[in-house]
Parts: sequence; C-alpha cells; structure tokens
Amino acid sequence: MSDVRARPHAIGSPLDRIDGAQKVTGTATYAFEWPVEHAVYLHPLQSTIAAGRITAVDTEAAEAEPGVLAVLTHLNAPSLTRPDDPELAVLQTDEVAWRGQFTGAVVAETLEAARAAAGLVRFAYAPREHDVVLRADRDDLQKPVHAAVFGMEAGELQDGSPADSMLGDVARALDSAQVRLDATYATPMYHNNPMEPHTAVVSWDDGALTVYCSTQGSSFSRTLIAGVLGLPPERVRVISPHVGGGFGSKVFPHSYAVLAAMAARTVRRPVKFALTRQQMFALVGYRPASIQRIRLGADGDGHLTAVSHEVAEQTAKAKGYADQVAVCTRMMYAAPNRRTTHRLAPLDIPVPTIMRAPGEGQGMFALESAMDEMALACGMDPVEFRIRNEPEVHPESGLPFSSRHLVACLREGARRAGWERRDPTPRARRDGRWLLGSGVAASTYPSPRLPGSSASIGVTPDGHHRVLIAAADLGTGAWTALTQIAADALEVPVEQVEVRIGDTALPPASVAGFSSGISSWGSAICAAAMRLREVLESDHGGTVPAQGLEVTADMPANPDEDRYAMHSFGAQFAEVRVDQDTGEVRVARLLGMFDVGRVINPKTVRSQLIGGMTQGMSMALYEHSVLDPRFGHVVNHDFAQYHIAANADVHAVEAHWVHERDPHTNAMGAKGAGEVGIVGTAAAIANAVYHATGIRVRELPITLDKLLF
Amino acid sequence: MKPFRYERADDVSSAVTAVAEEPDAAFLAGGTNLVDLMRLEVATPEVLIDVRRLTSDRIEELPDGALRIGAAVPNSDLAADHRVRRRYPMLSQAILSGASGQLRNLATTGGNLLQRTRCAYFQNVTTPCNKRQPGSGCSALEGYQRDLAILGSSPACVATHPSDMAVALAALDAVVTVRGPGAERRIPVTELHRLPGDAPERDTVLERGELITGVELPPPPHLTASRYRKVRDRASFAFALVSVAAALDVADGTVRDVRIALGGVAHKPWRATAAETALRGAPATRESFRGAAAAELAPARPLPGNAFKVPLARNTIVSVLLELVQERR
Repeated sequence: MSDVRARPHAIGSPLDRIDGAQKVTGTATYAFEWPVEHAVYLHPLQSTIAAGRITAVDTEAAEAEPGVLAVLTHLNAPSLTRPDDPELAVLQTDEVAWRGQFTGAVVAETLEAARAAAGLVRFAYAPREHDVVLRADRDDLQKPVHAAVFGMEAGELQDGSPADSMLGDVARALDSAQVRLDATYATPMYHNNPMEPHTAVVSWDDGALTVYCSTQGSSFSRTLIAGVLGLPPERVRVISPHVGGGFGSKVFPHSYAVLAAMAARTVRRPVKFALTRQQMFALVGYRPASIQRIRLGADGDGHLTAVSHEVAEQTAKAKGYADQVAVCTRMMYAAPNRRTTHRLAPLDIPVPTIMRAPGEGQGMFALESAMDEMALACGMDPVEFRIRNEPEVHPESGLPFSSRHLVACLREGARRAGWERRDPTPRARRDGRWLLGSGVAASTYPSPRLPGSSASIGVTPDGHHRVLIAAADLGTGAWTALTQIAADALEVPVEQVEVRIGDTALPPASVAGFSSGISSWGSAICAAAMRLREVLESDHGGTVPAQGLEVTADMPANPDEDRYAMHSFGAQFAEVRVDQDTGEVRVARLLGMFDVGRVINPKTVRSQLIGGMTQGMSMALYEHSVLDPRFGHVVNHDFAQYHIAANADVHAVEAHWVHERDPHTNAMGAKGAGEVGIVGTAAAIANAVYHATGIRVRELPITLDKLLF
Repeated sequence: MKPFRYERADDVSSAVTAVAEEPDAAFLAGGTNLVDLMRLEVATPEVLIDVRRLTSDRIEELPDGALRIGAAVPNSDLAADHRVRRRYPMLSQAILSGASGQLRNLATTGGNLLQRTRCAYFQNVTTPCNKRQPGSGCSALEGYQRDLAILGSSPACVATHPSDMAVALAALDAVVTVRGPGAERRIPVTELHRLPGDAPERDTVLERGELITGVELPPPPHLTASRYRKVRDRASFAFALVSVAAALDVADGTVRDVRIALGGVAHKPWRATAAETALRGAPATRESFRGAAAAELAPARPLPGNAFKVPLARNTIVSVLLELVQERR
C-alpha cells in the first residue's frame, strides 16, 4: 500500500470548496438546469389507491389539451426489456402496489400544460384491501431474504449482513443477571428530503441515452437504468456533477429516470422531469419505521452479561428492503451472551431506501437509550458505564478493530462538555420555566470501501494534472477532498490538480453512500497517482512527454479488509431545555467528539459532522412521516408539515475529533465521516430530556405532547 | 394546476363587480396561500382579479388614537410599524411568529385573514374533505389529528384557522372594513370567521364579491402588559398547536381587565370570553388563572390525536398570564 501520510501538504488543510464560488453565484449546473434543445416536460400520474388493479383509463381529455404530446399509461407504455426490478419496471402492469405509485405520465410542450392535463386523466380501479400498519405483534413478520443490492455481496440485510446473530445463551444470562432492562423503542418512517428534487433530463441520440440526473452514483445509476431498458451500459451516459443533497435517496435511480427515458423514446424529444416535493414522499424512498426491543443484563459491577436487540421493520410488498438496525449492537459493547434479529412486515407501501446513516441511525437510538437506562439501573455514570463495557475486539467476529478511540472520545467529550459537574438526579435543575438536562450517547458507523472504482490521471508537460473519476459530491466537499488526496499522492500543489467527477464518461466509481466515498475513490486516486509516477519514472525518465501522459488504475484490494473491523466512532453530549408548561424542547448545545481517522479537510469534515448532528437532532425532535392507514399515503407530504430542524432550532453545535490515523482502512489513514455524526444524536437528546424531566421517551420523535403534565 | 386568466381591476368597485358576477373568480393579493392551492388544484379559479394595488398599503392614525391598516399592508410592514410595536406589541409578535421573512414580505393584511386551513386532507385532492368538496366527508376526523380543533368543531369539519395575526386582532377588538356589491360594512374580527357547522366550505361571513379594504385597531386598551406566545412543533416556520394572545391589567393584585384569544384550537381565532369573564375582578393568581382556563376549555371536545391540546392550552394561558403579572411588578 502506498503511503501518502509521510508528506502532509494538502491533506489536513482547511481548503475552501473548489465548487463553492460556483454554488454561491448560482452558476453550478444542477440536473434540471442543463440546457437541452427542444425539450418537453413530463408530469407524472400517480395511483390513488394503495393496492389493487387499474380497470379503466380515460386519457381523452388530457390528450386533447393544447401542447400535450403524449399520455403514457400501462396500456400504451413501451415494454421494458428486463422488468425484473419491481420498483424500476414502471407502467408494465395494471397492478397497483402502493398509493402514489406511477400510473402514467403526461408529456407536453410546457411544464404547465403537462401539469394541467395530468389533472384531466381518469383512472378506475378495482381496489384490494390494503395493509400499511407496522406492529411488532403481527403474525406475518418475515426474516429478510435478500435485501442487499448496495454494491455488496448478496446478504439478508441491505449492508450485506445476516439477519440474525447469536452468541452464548441470552435467556439464561438474563435470568441470572443482577440488573436487567427490557425496553421497547420505536422510530417512525422518515423521508430523506434533499433540497434538490429528484430529476432526470433525458435525451435519445441514435439509440444512445443521455441522462442528466441528480444522483449519488452515476455509474450505479447507469448500470440499473441500462439494465431495465435492456441497453448495453455503454449506450447510457449519466451526467451529475452537482447534487443538491441526497441523504441516501439518490443512490438508487428509482423509477423516475426510467419513466423519463420511456417518455423521451415515445415522443422522440428530450424530456425534463423534476419531481414535486409531494411526489417525493411516494416515489424516492424513505427510512422504514422500526420497533426495537432491547434486553440487557449486567452483573453487580456494571459489566454487561447479555445483550439482545430484536427489530421489526416496515418494508414494501413490491420490493424487499431491510435496514441493518441491530448490527450496531453486534459490535458496540462487550458481553458474553448476545442476540440480534431482524424481521420485516411487508406492507402496501412505497419502497424504502437507505437514508442518513441507515441502520445505525435507528439502532443506536434504541441501544444508546437503553445504555442510559441501564447505567442508571446499575447506579453508574453513563460515560463510565460505556467505558466499562468497551470491548477489546469485535465482540462477535473476534476481529481486532482497525482503530477504535471511543473511550478517548467519551473522556475528551465529557471534559469539554463539563460532564464532571453534572448531578445525575433527574428533574433537578431549572432556569425560570425551563427544565435543564444533559445526556450522552455513543456514535458509530462502518468505514468500508465499496468495490467498483477506477481513476485516471493525466499530466501535461506544464505540470497540470487531470484526475478523472465518476465520483459524486452531494454538497459534502468530496470534490475538494479528492483534490487534496490527489495533490498529496502526486506530490504537487493543489493548484496543479483538476478533478472531474459525476459523469459516466469518466472511469467508474462506487456510490456516495455508506460513508465509503473518500475511502473508495481516494484509494483509486492514490493507486492511479502511484502508477503515474512509476510510469513517468520507468518509461520517461521522470519527464512528462510532449503529448502528455495518462494512466488508469483500479481501486486496489485492501489486504486488511478481512482482518480488521473498520468503523468510525464518536461520543455526543446534548444539553436541552424543556418548557415545564408546554413540553417544548430546545437543544441548547450539542457537542460531538469523533474518531474518523485522519481528517482530509477539517473545514468540510466539520461541516459534515455538524450537519449530521443537526440531522440527528431533527430525527430526535421533529421529523416523522405520518402514514394514514385508511388511504396508505403520507399525510404530511410537504415542507410545511414534515418538520425538519430550521435555523431557529439549531443553537450551539460543536464537532471535534481525536487526531488519530487509521493504519488499515486506506492509504490516507481516513475513516468515514459522512454518517457517524447523525448516529447517537437522537439518543443523547432523549437521554438529556430524561435528565431534564424524569420522562423517558422511547418513541421518536420527542414531541411536546409526550412531555406535558 | 388549471389554466386561468389574470386581470387587474382599476378600482375596488370594478374588482368587486368582477368577482361578484363571475362564479369562478377569486381576488389575488399576496398569493402566498392561493397560488399554492391552485398548484394543488384545491382552488381552481377561472380568473384572478389582482387587488393588491387597489386597497391602501398604509397605516394611518385616526384622531381617537385608533390605527387604520390598509388591506394591502404587507405583514412585514405591519409587524415593523413603530406604533404597532409600541401600542400593540402582541400583534407584532403574532405576525413575526408566522410564516417566514419572505412570505411576510409578500403576504397582505387582508390576505392573512382570509388564508385557508392547512388541514392536510383539505390540501390533498385525493382525500375527501367537506370544506373543499361539500358532502364528500371529513377525512381528518378519523385521520391525522394533531393540528385539528378542540373547540367549536362539527362532525363535518374539525379544521383550524392558521393565522397568528388574526388571533391578536381578535384579542384587540379589531374591526375589518369590507366593500361589496352592497354597502360598505364593518365586521369585528371575532365575527369575521365562522364555526364550521354544516357548511365548512364557508370560512367567513363574507359574501361573494366582498373585499376586505382595511382593518381598524381601536385605541390600545389600558393593558400595558401584552404578549403573543405560540407553541408549535419546532421553533419557527410551523403553525401553532396552541397560541395565546393575552393582555392584562392588574391593580392591587386584582385583575381589572384582561383579553385572551387562542389560536390553533378552532375553525376561527378563539376569543376566550369565558376566561375573561371569570378573571375580571378575580385575584391575579395561578389558581384563578387555572380556573379561568379550565372554564374556557370546559366545552372542548378533543379527539384522541389532539387531546394534548387541552392541557397545553390551559398551561400556556396560565404561563402567559403569570408572566404578564410578573412583568408589571
């Protein structure tokens, strides 16, 4: 493995975003803004039943509207060559699998004409009784079979993990434990809600398809779009340099890109299609609701003897999906007897997807709330209780951690948060009508590399380096960080490096997701840089030839991948104020201390971490999608009703990190920083709310009605 | 969104005539609510008559110390007016607690009063709603109930009125001036909005074609301590679960005068007359405030999903009144 750690030039410096000026001046081109000649516009039609069959369609009035070019439904839509993905196979049958599913599309000369005509199309249905309610006592809960499609090998959960794990004898250990906890926690359905809506601008040119798409992975989108349309991948080009947030919902291309491609083929014109906010609540995924039972047992010294985490999750009947909710419990704390399970309730609801620290986001709310409850039951400080149960190796696989500085995060975070002054008595401090409390929780997220990335680097005699990789920058700073990695790997100043991303004409890249981007793409870039320097030395005597030089390298395999458990960590401390009369919660301060390996760019990493913590706060207090059991739709499907933390909700948010490199993850010594910030925040806040009020809220979000007296 | 015509009238009377004579016409002022509803096809006017320039956008002082607010005064201007901030602080606070800076710049005084409920089922044309489509049924009654009314609702409709400004105006005895096909009329804000009864499609007592031309605020009562407190699901940009507009005059520990209005609890801004009556002459203590709040909320008929609003409204009333007592000390 090459070692770029020896020459710290660009890595570690707070370089301004290279795409910053474009974004603040409005000149960065987002998907819908690509100029396409003679474009027409698409407005989709959506089912108004949750399950059943379409029995009749009346498109006459819509077709008669001026400017309307086509009305597509399952009756006249082109057949897809490989409709094997039930989410992507749009308009192929008369079956309706969830309310809000695509049933058609109107294509017109203007957006307004398309939208107006869409209101004139009439469907008749033969509805089936539908079922959208998750309960832990359902008798049809199923073990997930094959939910992993996220660039991993086939596995039962979406991250490739098995659904269940078992070690020792949990039941017996719980029976003989001196201290026991048995508590059930719940997280609601959440929607990703990036600011930029999902968009596809598509054009066909001589049988080849170009898609300007807002995506977290142009290469992955190309593979799936080409597959469902039956095209060889090289006939599809996906272009997506700027993405206005994804939060997981833009990893998969979903059905909208296929619908737009279908429409463009039908009318033989380029088609522009951006979803409305309301449409996004039915069509581009969400984090499924979970019900989580946690049982803990401990001995008289506060050592855990048993850990059990049983999960029930929503999924769609149309297409299975299973978040790895309890996988965090497999690696967080030492205990000889352990058990985790995942079960799914298949419902007549839209297809879930990955969202903002999928799995750990929900699971660590439950586990870290339970750890707080158990610390109190054991009469221990919550920080010390976690440290007492810190494992030496991965408690289930037995592998050593590539690096694990959770204890340092807890201790240093506690010092900065003023934890030693904390009186553990609940409901004992106030400031006027406000009850004050503080809480702690741990954070973790895996730090993997995903397969499938290559990078090319070209150099000209004047020393200009062009780095090409179809990576994605969701607004996170990846573009800038990759420039820094390339500069150090090439041993040149960042000014001599130009990185191009977000286009399948470039060498392929894995998706921006699973906190894997920098580790995967950076490793490919380091490999290409090393090859460039070798070739330059061996073939050209160290001098760039007049015509320039370009090399390509695949991301190298990591020989340590199967020898170490690789995870980021953190400790979050929350201070809350709760209005004694109204139950309103204000988060006065959030402090996170993180272990994310070597930090490539402290400015952008800090932004990612405090952004993650803000999303964690939003998850704790505000966000939830309300599914109406009678209709099967999300009732609060806009930004007025789906509450995301607004500026006025966010007070002091601090992110710090331990300055440690990981010796095994990648050549940079970095670990994932994209999602660990979200994880644990909700538990830290819930624990602080308990400390302030004496009320333990086990069901998110923590709304004021749960704290009213 | 259906295609529509857009017209500008030359004066108030021609605007009134245009809307009175065309069944599918609507007045357009700031458009912050109406245009959203048109996009959703909840509102489907054939023609919009733009009245933004027809009514006054000024705040005038009348000889008796009252303020006359033109219907076209933007919410931001009204909230920032120094006379409003000094004499009617609860009105300024109420306006600033609603919407966002951008929306307040565009939204008008008249339009704010006439905004429609944000009930999720009203705003979704795929679900039945008696207010949107009379006789189709109420989806909210057995649906998502968090934002629904606890007072004055009917089996036909349990929606709430969303305005913050209107709650303060109700507490301040403001009067709207209205021009219609007939004579000009004056309607107290407390009587402008209706309870739903069996005609929830009608939000107000205004007749077809009637246009609000202004709002008159009577001289400020001798209630120097006043406050608008809005309780909601996040700190900004959310509608009230419960809001309280209150003004209080206390002498020698006794309530001389009091005004209380509630938001987020009914189909209209809810003037808490029962609480006011209970409090006049009563000791200014937590106990009498609790008693008064309980008297006001006695007829509340909450649903399972909004039962919390009863203790929330009670606690908020008591908390605000206690704060006002302490401020006067």
